Amino acid sequence: MLLLKCENIRKSFDGDEEVLKDISVSVEEGSILSIIGPSGSGKSTFLRCATGLEVIDSGRIVYDGMTYASTKDGKVEYAPKAERKKISEIFGLVFQNFNLFPHMSVMENIMDAPVRVQKREKQEVRKEAESLLRKMGLEGKENAYPFELSGGQCQRVAIARALALNPRILFFDEPTSALDPELTGEVLKVIKSLADLHIAMVIVTHEMAFVRDISDEVIFMEHGVIVEQGTPEEVFGSDNERMQSFLGRYKDLA
Amino acid sequence: MSFIKILELLSGGMLVSIYIFVVTLLFSLPLGLIVSFGRMSKNPVISGIIKVYISIMRGTPLMLQLMVVYFGPYYIFGIQVTNSYRIVAALIGFVINYAAYFAEIYRSGIQSMPKGQYEAAEVLGYSKTQTFFVIILPQVIKRILPPVTNEVITLVKDTSLAFTISVAEMFTTAKALASSQTSMMPFVAAALFYYVFNFIVAYTMELFEKKLSYYR
Repeated sequence: MLLLKCENIRKSFDGDEEVLKDISVSVEEGSILSIIGPSGSGKSTFLRCATGLEVIDSGRIVYDGMTYASTKDGKVEYAPKAERKKISEIFGLVFQNFNLFPHMSVMENIMDAPVRVQKREKQEVRKEAESLLRKMGLEGKENAYPFELSGGQCQRVAIARALALNPRILFFDEPTSALDPELTGEVLKVIKSLADLHIAMVIVTHEMAFVRDISDEVIFMEHGVIVEQGTPEEVFGSDNERMQSFLGRYKDLA
Repeated sequence: MSFIKILELLSGGMLVSIYIFVVTLLFSLPLGLIVSFGRMSKNPVISGIIKVYISIMRGTPLMLQLMVVYFGPYYIFGIQVTNSYRIVAALIGFVINYAAYFAEIYRSGIQSMPKGQYEAAEVLGYSKTQTFFVIILPQVIKRILPPVTNEVITLVKDTSLAFTISVAEMFTTAKALASSQTSMMPFVAAALFYYVFNFIVAYTMELFEKKLSYYR
């Protein structure tokens, strides 16, 4: 079943050259899509458009059959506030630099939105948060504050915080780009372990081995267009010249 | 006249000074927050008006502002003011002046917050109001405590300006006492009062800062 359908997304900033030129992406329920490509190719902008942090210039975004944004007569229309809120509960986003709330403990970071925004029972949320922390390998960090944690631990808290809202699709915007190789490993391991939660994932990353290993589908983007798209085998084995030169270093190392 | 006697004579005025101090803070701190919203408003008319207001409050002496508030109703509109209007005028003058300064402090704190905090809150589903009061404001308060402390300490000393419109606060009494007794002692007592008052203020603010130092 199709969970996310983005059609002909266009986006430019302040009339500059388009960052996204007619991007169409679909994500099946429970599947894992990785987006790779050089810096400045529009990968992050695409995630920010899909999650409503940026307003698109034109195109259509549909979550689970509900229209989030559409274009009529050249004008973009977003769903009314109530509906937009409902659709927003379908997705979550994990940021490159975590964006944890520094004045809240680990537990508060995870529990506050489910309790305050989704109005769920505190006890139930606490239980779920505890089990998420276990899953993230963060037992005993319940009462720590973000400044006391390593980058990898912060990112795992951020993932738990996103998961606590029970999204059906989770976007990762370069989740390991702010981390050293050791911390990167622990975060990637956690993301991998989410695969059996049957949550769809869209991951923007530069970790090629990880992409190859985990993805159902891979998209290679450059200059705001999708250059290659397919299974990891298809994309990594493509004889597209640009694709080959981008992967060159990774292939030499592998 | 003994020093104790002087302090006793000044005690009524001290209460008035403390009263001006407390009421000014009570009203100017929340008002400042509202003014800072106006200053940051996307509506150019609102932000323009607020800019002019802040500019006047910061650009003219507080002493003059107190006089305008006190004498304005009579000079401009011919309204006879009663004696009890003195203290009201002093409070209005102090509140609108300090709200302007506090507004700029709030603004600096709010605008220094990283965009990522707003974005994380948005994606997690917080409303704009929730984002401000749950995520942003608590962090802003921590950031602006040092400059707020500065303003609060200045306010303690500024209460003496109420003498310009003959409010019987402590310094007004001290001056009268000094000239009638031809003695320095009332001034010494006044200095001691302000110093101790500010010592307590600084100590209290330090406690607040410590309380908020549980995170970075």
